[in-house]
Amino acid sequence: MSGIRVLVGTRKGAFILTSDAKRKDWKVDGPHFAGWEIYHMKGSPVDPNRIYASQTSSWFGQIIQRSSDSGKTWETPGSSPEDLKGPDGMPKGESNMFVYDGIPGTHMWYDGTQHPWEFKRVWHLEPALDNADHVYAGVEDAALFESKDGGKSWNELSGLRQHDTGPKWQPGAGGMCLHSILIDPKNPKRMFIAISAAGAFRTEDSGKTWKPINKGLHSQYIPDPNAEVGHCVHRIAMHPSKPNTLFMQKHWDVMRSDDGGDSWREVSGNLPSDFGFPIDIHAQEPETIYVVPIKSDSEHYPPDGKLRVYRSRTGGNKWEELTKGLPQKDCYVNVLRDAMSVDALDPCGIYFGTTGGQVYASSDAGDSWNPIVRDLPAVLSVEVQTLK
Amino acid sequence: MIRVVLPHHLRTLAKVGDEVHLNLDGSATVKSILDAIEAKYPMLRGTIREHNTLKRRQLVRFFACGEDISHEPVDAPLPDAVAKGDEPFFIMGAIAGG
Repeated sequence: MSGIRVLVGTRKGAFILTSDAKRKDWKVDGPHFAGWEIYHMKGSPVDPNRIYASQTSSWFGQIIQRSSDSGKTWETPGSSPEDLKGPDGMPKGESNMFVYDGIPGTHMWYDGTQHPWEFKRVWHLEPALDNADHVYAGVEDAALFESKDGGKSWNELSGLRQHDTGPKWQPGAGGMCLHSILIDPKNPKRMFIAISAAGAFRTEDSGKTWKPINKGLHSQYIPDPNAEVGHCVHRIAMHPSKPNTLFMQKHWDVMRSDDGGDSWREVSGNLPSDFGFPIDIHAQEPETIYVVPIKSDSEHYPPDGKLRVYRSRTGGNKWEELTKGLPQKDCYVNVLRDAMSVDALDPCGIYFGTTGGQVYASSDAGDSWNPIVRDLPAVLSVEVQTLK
Repeated sequence: MIRVVLPHHLRTLAKVGDEVHLNLDGSATVKSILDAIEAKYPMLRGTIREHNTLKRRQLVRFFACGEDISHEPVDAPLPDAVAKGDEPFFIMGAIAGG
């Protein structure tokens, strides 16, 4: 019998929520890594028992955790005795060693001056589509790393950070993070990433070279609103059946591209606000998309104190509000960029977590919602595994 | 034998109790203690001092015999009481935040 596993990263640990396919009764397991920030967890599509987690702390830095038994036990990759034989007699202990390739150089700082690239944390882990030991990491300050040994060691795909436009990239309020990594299932050498606040980029050669794909984005808060880079992209999403169609929640504006990012057009339509963070796509309907409008970049909570998911069945422009089961008064939580996900069941399940610690689930494609759990620490990320 | 007290989050990461006990080859210094900790608990590499540069992480502090020695040279000998194990060497997370 199939089931669902929801991986929840929070400010104070990781939680794993499980249910059978009915999605009615949930078991809450956690906290794992209590007291640590868990920016993201994601399971391998090849081996769902293999889960990677980004564990971070302002005090003690970055840790990578890996589970091979669906989250029951965890290890820092490369900690087994046979892994600990470095050439100088010291153990390797490299699973948290994210070192930029070459001389890192500088990017633009908040005040317009140049500032050295400094690794801070891993925002997003994206396991490869064909090998459970192959995984990508999007980090702050923005760069893409890759591990081919199950997270034991990491190498930067430095063609991205060393793009000619790198010195123009600038942090958003949350830091200069690489938060979205999309792999084209029809051509895994083709990937899309997004950075706040640089924009979206595409590679056709497994990450060696990159092209900014921001044409059509208009950001009136930057010196050149139509610049090649500098746009605060909050999230991008792709349906596996239509890898040329991308959806984007930008700082302001919901956007869509039908040519692999070469050009974008706005599809905000009748949304009450086109500011927001997550955007996701129905598992069976590639033109059905979901966003959570937030009042503004100054206020970071839902308009009118009503938590509403908006669904478009037309790939944008025409949006309907989804409110059944969601608080419709006095609600001032936010939903962060990596905190929405979908399952692969029919009808499609939609899940999102809030900064107030609620994780809401819909088992009817968004028509109605129920909280799986109400009082977790602030939710940073939500990923869903559909288990056979 | 050197006694080391780690901050709570590093104890849980390394799966150790209140104190870590180390036997050093040479003299007791901050560097020799950190080398020995990282050899015994490789998951702690990068959490107390940076990879590559080996600089102390900004919000980590070192204490010996009640003194903050975070800014002392890492090769300086530690007090006898720490070297003999009468007093623990403390690695602490700085109090930060509200």
